[in-house]
Amino acid sequence: MNMRQIVIGASATAAVLSSLFNASAAFAQAKEQFFPVLVYRTGAYSANGSQWANGYVDYLKLTNARGGINGVKVSFEECETAYATDRGVECYERLKGKNGGGTVFQPLSTGITFALTEKAPVDKIPLITAGYGRSESQNGAVFTWNFPLLGTYWVGADVAIQHIAKKEGGLAKLKGKKVALVYHDSPYGKEPIQILQELGKTYGFDVLLLPVAHPGVEQKATWLQIRQQKPDYVLLWGWGVMNSTALREAQATGYPRDRMMGIWWAGAEPDVKDVAEGAKGYSALTLQHGAEPGSKVVREVLDLVYAKGQGTGPKDEVGQVLYMRGLISAMLAVEGVRKAQERFGKGKVMTGEQVRWGLENLNLDQKSLDALGFAGVMRPVQTSCLDHMGSSWVRVHTWNGSKWEFSSDWYQADEKVVRPMVMLASSKYAEEKKLKPRTPEECRK
Amino acid sequence: MLYRENGQFKTTYAADQQTFPIAQDRWAILAILAFAFLGVPLFVDEYLLRAILIPFLILSLAALGVNILVGYCGQITLGAGAFMAVGAYAAYNFHIRIEGLPLLLTLLFGGVAAALVGIVFGIPSLRVRGLYLAVATLAAQFLTDWVFLRVPWFTNYSSSGSVSVANLQILGWQIAEPIDKYLFCLSWLTVFALLAKNMTRCAAGRQWMAIRDMDVAAEVIGIRPMVAKLSAFAVSSFFVGIAGALWGFVHLASWEPAAFSVDRSFQLLFMVIIGGLGSIMGSFFGAAFIVVLPIALNQFLPALGRLLGVTVSTAGVAHAELIVFGVLIVFFLIKEPHGLARLWSTGKEKLRLWPFPH
Amino acid sequence: MGFFFETLIGGLMAGMLYSLVALGFVLIFKASGVFNFAQGAMVLFAALAMARLSVWIPECLGIDGRVLGNTLAFVVAGALMFVVAWLVERFVLRHLVNQEGATLLMATLGVAYVLEGVGTSVFGTEVYKIDVGMPKDPVLILEGSFEGGLLINKEDFVAALVAALLVALLALFFQKTSTGRALRAVADDHQAAQSIGIPLGRIWVIVWFVAGLVALVAGIIWGSKLGVQFSLATVALRALPVVILGGLTSVPGAIIGGLIIGVGEKLSEVYLGPYIGGGIEIWFSYQLALVFLLFRPQGLFGEKIIDRV
Repeated sequence: MNMRQIVIGASATAAVLSSLFNASAAFAQAKEQFFPVLVYRTGAYSANGSQWANGYVDYLKLTNARGGINGVKVSFEECETAYATDRGVECYERLKGKNGGGTVFQPLSTGITFALTEKAPVDKIPLITAGYGRSESQNGAVFTWNFPLLGTYWVGADVAIQHIAKKEGGLAKLKGKKVALVYHDSPYGKEPIQILQELGKTYGFDVLLLPVAHPGVEQKATWLQIRQQKPDYVLLWGWGVMNSTALREAQATGYPRDRMMGIWWAGAEPDVKDVAEGAKGYSALTLQHGAEPGSKVVREVLDLVYAKGQGTGPKDEVGQVLYMRGLISAMLAVEGVRKAQERFGKGKVMTGEQVRWGLENLNLDQKSLDALGFAGVMRPVQTSCLDHMGSSWVRVHTWNGSKWEFSSDWYQADEKVVRPMVMLASSKYAEEKKLKPRTPEECRK
Repeated sequence: MLYRENGQFKTTYAADQQTFPIAQDRWAILAILAFAFLGVPLFVDEYLLRAILIPFLILSLAALGVNILVGYCGQITLGAGAFMAVGAYAAYNFHIRIEGLPLLLTLLFGGVAAALVGIVFGIPSLRVRGLYLAVATLAAQFLTDWVFLRVPWFTNYSSSGSVSVANLQILGWQIAEPIDKYLFCLSWLTVFALLAKNMTRCAAGRQWMAIRDMDVAAEVIGIRPMVAKLSAFAVSSFFVGIAGALWGFVHLASWEPAAFSVDRSFQLLFMVIIGGLGSIMGSFFGAAFIVVLPIALNQFLPALGRLLGVTVSTAGVAHAELIVFGVLIVFFLIKEPHGLARLWSTGKEKLRLWPFPH
Repeated sequence: MGFFFETLIGGLMAGMLYSLVALGFVLIFKASGVFNFAQGAMVLFAALAMARLSVWIPECLGIDGRVLGNTLAFVVAGALMFVVAWLVERFVLRHLVNQEGATLLMATLGVAYVLEGVGTSVFGTEVYKIDVGMPKDPVLILEGSFEGGLLINKEDFVAALVAALLVALLALFFQKTSTGRALRAVADDHQAAQSIGIPLGRIWVIVWFVAGLVALVAGIIWGSKLGVQFSLATVALRALPVVILGGLTSVPGAIIGGLIIGVGEKLSEVYLGPYIGGGIEIWFSYQLALVFLLFRPQGLFGEKIIDRV
């Protein structure tokens, strides 16, 4: 390659790049509410990430088909993070200023959530981490831009223990029991440890911690230990291929699947599908989502989006567990915008700061859920400036060999356990960062 | 015509041995530095700074460190990510445990900690060589991944194991805005690049190169392999550790061990080999190539699709990105196995004769 | 005591599978001096092809029956691996003759990216299953001798048998056929082999193809155990300590190394893990390999490195 070719090549690239930037500048004129969508459709966790992303994008499309948010059309752009923190940060930087500014970000990864938690307050863009992220960010006084709507990992862990207690016949029966936590060795997997140990002390059960290194394809030693220690229950805080591997190893070591329970990342179709019969009886927590192929909103998606050939993913996956998760996450974001419009002007494009107000004053009662088509899918949510979580309703569903079925009534996390931990962890964060928590007066602004 | 050194007479040894003996090079470096410090801040936007320039500067620093070890001393390493992690976590601990420690010292101490760990993991290099060593350095990678996940002391007992820092400042200069971060990283890189350039020209650098070219022969002429190899490990890890600390403190501000995973190690080795082994300039080229290419592809491919009238799905783009990235790497390795730096020096040679090549 | 044996057996079985991946590394390194980081991607690619083809082919041809479908899929996947081998030789290796080890290593990483990209975009990114009829449920043996008996996983057992069989076949191929002899000649000395008329290019295609077949078998076994999914590519990282422990150039080394690593990491995780926090097997296997290397820098069975000045 000689110099001439290089020069020509470089100038051609420069020309293409500059035309790209011009093109994006032209888009910025449109009067639309822009939703950046961080997804991972490739990499180790793609099977789970794609379903979530399909649900999320489909709901945004549905919103447009329904006529937008009080007439304001929704636009969106996907950015592939491949579940890597630095890619996620790049995506965030790329999309946050595009098309009039990103409305909300949903990082869909604990690592990216941590990185963006530092950036969001500067850019004044709210982060929704529905069901994941940092559990202490429920405290809106400290984490002013984080919204772990509909529950956190701590809620999940607390309910898991409640469910076990119910099976055993009361919290008192937990005494002397042994609960093993098989977890993905990352901040995500480590979130529940603290609360489980706390609960273990309170109710007198032992917690056995068994980390599994990323990506979790080799778990023989873990399950040998389970066979040796014979815990009464196994909680699975796994992800992607780690879940199906765990179920297979459980089968191979003969550990009863009906004594295993997963968090919601370990409780969707891709996790159990190809274990099929081998996973029968395995249950998982759902934080207000679950397979609801018959619900009204799903029918609407099929009628208004898929019937026109605009569906994002395969039709038969609509209404599956993680798809619903994506759908609900998008709905929360859209409803946040709608709420903000009530105060700052209907039919206008909202800024990130205004949307935060909307998310802090979210009040989805049964009536509005029914209107949105979520009747029976989820329970009412109400947030406030100090409580960014909104609700902690959890149900358990069980795999019957071919599909997920709900197997429990609604639980609610024990505020007496979770709340002090949230306050403790968030005040530690505030202290480290030298933040001054918001006062109720500031909230009213 | 422009790039010619006739008529530049060196009358003193000092002039003959200066870092950049050719006047044009000196001016070019000064111009680039002036541009980087004064020009760039004028017209870049926040996205360029945060998503491209800052990562580029930090990873260039890391690549410089890796290049010292791999390119100058010939010890292949796949554990560079580990030393970034050590640098970042050590700096974090100095930051929170010693009240009022200046930021500069914090970062430097992070580098020193990485250097010490580097020496320990350099010891196998005295026995083991080549690809065996490369795989052996992975031991460092997996061990540090584990340590920072499992030992709560290092992460100040945070429940999830990730850590964060805030309020960075030096003598009242708040490093908060992207432009400050950019200038901060750029200053580090400038100092360390000059340091590396000179280090490779002094006795230590010559020893490293002798070891790289033939370690038995080097030993015969009186170079102590232990000193040379371990010093290369130490200096390299020091650079990489500081880069890691900057990556954590300045770029991410909040991180977990996965930020310095084995993928990062591969990425750094890529930079060095694509850029050019044993070339300071090459480290920059390599870092630019590896940082910019995936992002550019990610934005360019959908645009290309639009041009041709097809919408490419996100997954499709990501896959195409992988394929094109892989193909380009193979292509560059075939076209120029000695890296982009070699293209650069060929270009310079041509420029010397221009416009009258023989 | 029973539990110790169970762990030991579990380790041996896992080790056998590591050996299978390690074998792919060794074959290619022996014949072309390339440290093939794409081996993991090849396992993924082959397994993806196998998983999807075993569904697509019966659907397309309208045939029924798992055995026939799987056989056809295996043949087609094997043919695909041949194409991969040919492409790699034609477009990569041929142009990189006589380059340094590090450059070649990076080139194979490039190949790995391409294989991952092509594999996932052609065959999809979901979790797929390979159903070759491996038994899934455990059996208890020797219940008389140990309390609670020994739990053996039939699937692991079959997998280990297949791996052992494959190794035996490869040994036969290397020792007894003329192609095998040519391969060994190339491994010993490229130039000498070329000078007596062995076509290097063709030998490389064959070696990569054989490594591809080994990857296919490894992919089928792992895939049937775990489901075929992107993470399969990372099994290569688990097999690396095996390769350096056994020696880069030794087929028996890959086997013995695999067994040592497999047993070492399982025992360490079960008996040492609980005391220091668990999750140690991956770094432990690397440290184990490192300790061996300190005594034998060329691996247990590697060729002695001789320095000449």
